Amino acid sequence: MATLEIRDLHVSVEADNATKEILKGVDLTVKQGETHAIMGPNGSGKSTLAYSLAGHPKYTITSGTVTLDGEDVLEMSVDERARAGVFLAMQYPVEVPGVSVSNFLRTSATAIRGEAPKLRTWVKEVKESMERLNMDPSFAERNVNEGFSGGEKKRHEILQLELLKPKIAILDETDSGLDVDALRIVSEGVNRVRESGDTGTLLITHYTRILRYIKPDHVHVFAGGRIAESGGPELADKLEAEGYEAYTKGGTAQ
Amino acid sequence: MAEASIPVGSTTAGSIAVAAESTVATRMSAPPSFDVADFPVPHGREEEWRFTPLERLRGLHDGTAIAVRDGVRVEVEAPEGVTVETVGAGDARLGKAGTPVDRVAAQAYSAVEKASVITVPKETVLTEPIRISVQGTGETAYGHQVIELGAFAEAVVVIDHTGTGVLAANVDYLIGDGAKLTVVSIQDWDEKAVHVGQHNALVGRDASFKSVIVTFGGDLVRLHPRVTYAATGGEAQLFGLYFTDRAQHHEHRLLVDHNKPHNTSNVAYKGALQGEAAHAVWIGDVLIRAAAEGTDTYELNRNLVLTDGARVDSVPNLEIETGEIAGAGHASATGRFDDEQLFYLMARGIPAAEARRLVVRGFFAELVQQIGVPDVQERLIDKIEAELEASL
Repeated sequence: MATLEIRDLHVSVEADNATKEILKGVDLTVKQGETHAIMGPNGSGKSTLAYSLAGHPKYTITSGTVTLDGEDVLEMSVDERARAGVFLAMQYPVEVPGVSVSNFLRTSATAIRGEAPKLRTWVKEVKESMERLNMDPSFAERNVNEGFSGGEKKRHEILQLELLKPKIAILDETDSGLDVDALRIVSEGVNRVRESGDTGTLLITHYTRILRYIKPDHVHVFAGGRIAESGGPELADKLEAEGYEAYTKGGTAQ
Repeated sequence: MAEASIPVGSTTAGSIAVAAESTVATRMSAPPSFDVADFPVPHGREEEWRFTPLERLRGLHDGTAIAVRDGVRVEVEAPEGVTVETVGAGDARLGKAGTPVDRVAAQAYSAVEKASVITVPKETVLTEPIRISVQGTGETAYGHQVIELGAFAEAVVVIDHTGTGVLAANVDYLIGDGAKLTVVSIQDWDEKAVHVGQHNALVGRDASFKSVIVTFGGDLVRLHPRVTYAATGGEAQLFGLYFTDRAQHHEHRLLVDHNKPHNTSNVAYKGALQGEAAHAVWIGDVLIRAAAEGTDTYELNRNLVLTDGARVDSVPNLEIETGEIAGAGHASATGRFDDEQLFYLMARGIPAAEARRLVVRGFFAELVQQIGVPDVQERLIDKIEAELEASL
C-alpha cells in the first residue's frame, strides 16, 4: 500500500532578499485510500506544503524528509515526482498557449503510464471522463487553461486526476471560487477517484463547505506552518462553528 | 503565458495613425530609387536602420561589398510549361513589381549583371512546385529574381537558401489577373551568412499571393517583403516563422500598401528566440491610402522568448487615410516560456525537454499548416526540433 510520509518538514522562500521560513516542522502520513483534509487560515502555509511536495523551485526544503513508499521524494525532479505517483491539483492552474488540452493530456498520460495509451481506448476514456465532469467536447481542442473560467480550470484539474490515477492526490483549494453546482461536479470527480481505493487524498481547503461532498477520514488544522491539531471529521464541525480563531491567537499564523 | 510579460530589453510599440501625409513613406530617409547613389550611406540612427547592426552587414550598405562571379549558385527546378531565362540587368521585367527602398536593395539592383526570370504562362496550373536553390559559396553576391504568373496561372515556388556567404537580393513577383502564387522562402543559412533582401509583389486583379518566410539560419538576415496591388479584388497573405538563436539577428520588415480599393491582406509572423543576444525585429507597416475603400487587413506578430538574454523589437504600424474600409487591425505580443508553465507541465510527468518542445511546436503549429507544401512542412518541424535539441 502506497504511503506518503512527511517528517519534520521545514520549508523557506526567498522574498525581498530575505529568507522566510513558512513550514516549521510538518509531520503527516497519508496512505492509499485515505482522505486527509488540511484546513487552515490564509497564510498558514497550506499551499506551501502542496507546492513543496510537488517540487516547485520557489520553495527550499531546509530540513525534514518526504518519502513515498520509502523512496526519497525530495531527491526527485518535478516530473519524476509526478511519475512516481504524486499529483497536485493546483489552485491557480497555468495557461499554456499553443498546447491543446487533448495533446497535453495524451503527452502527460504517456509520461505517467510509461507508454502511449492505445488511441481508441484513450479517446473513449477522455470522452467519458469529460462527460462526467460536464465538460463540452470542444474543450479538448482549446489551449491548456487559456481563457478558461475558474470553474473550467478546476474541472480540467480533476479531469487530469481521473485520467492519471495517482497514488497521492494533493488538492490545493480546489473548492475556491466554485459555485455550488461546480463544487458538486468537481467533488463527484474526486470521489470517483477515492472510491477506487488506490489513491490517498490530501485535501487542502480554507472552507468546510467541500467536506459536505468529500468526507475526510482525518482532519488537520494547519496554523503557523505546522499541524496544530488533528482529529476525525468532528474537528471540521468544530471549525465550522468556531472558526480558526483559537489557532491564530498568539501570532502562530503568518 | 501572460502576454503582457515583455522581456527585458524588448519593445512592443504599436500605433494607428490617421495621417494626411504618410509617415510610412516619410519615415524612410530617402524615397525609393533604383540608383544606389540616391541613398546616403546609413549611419544606424535612421528609422529603417536603427535596429540593424550595420557592422555585421559586411559592407552591403556602404559600397565596400564587392561581388564575385557566381558568388551564389542558383539552380532552378521547374515543371514543364515553365520558362526559365537568364537575362541582363536591363530587362524591363526587373523592378516592375517595386522599387528599392533602401540602400542595400538599390545596391543589389545596381550591381547585378544577370537575373533569373521565371515565367508561368497564363492559365497554366502547376501541380508540382518550382524549386529554386540558392546556395552560398562563402563569397559576396548580388541577385535578382523575377517570378511572373500570367492570368489565371497557379504556382507554388520554394526558394531555399543554404550554405554561407554575403547576399543582397531583390525578388519580384508579378501576379497576373486571377492568378494564384504561393512562395515559400527558406533562410536555412549556415551560421556566418549575411542575407538582405527586398521582395516586391504586385498583385493583379482578383489574384492571390501567399508568402511564407521561414528564417532559421545566418548571422544576420534582414528581409523586406512588400505588397502593392495593381487593381481590385486581390488578396495577400504574408506568413512568417523565425527561430532566432544565440547572437543571431533576424529582421523582417513588411509593408502592405493598400493603394487600390477592395483588396485584402492578412499578415501573421511568429518567432521563437533563445540564447544570449538573440535579436528578432519585426516591423509591420500597413498603409491604407485614401483611394483604398473597402480594404480589409489584419496583421499579427507573436514572439515566444525561451531563455533570458534574447531581445525582440516588434513594431506594428497601421496607417489609415480613409474611413471607408471593411476592417483593419493589428496585434503584437511577446511572451515568455516561463518557469510556471514549465512547472505545470512537469507536474504532469512531462520531462523539461519535452515540455519545451510541446510549447514551441504548439506555438508554430497553425502557421506550419499554412505552408501547404508537405516536404517543406516536415523539414520545418524537424528544424524546430533540432533547434530545441541544440538548446538543451
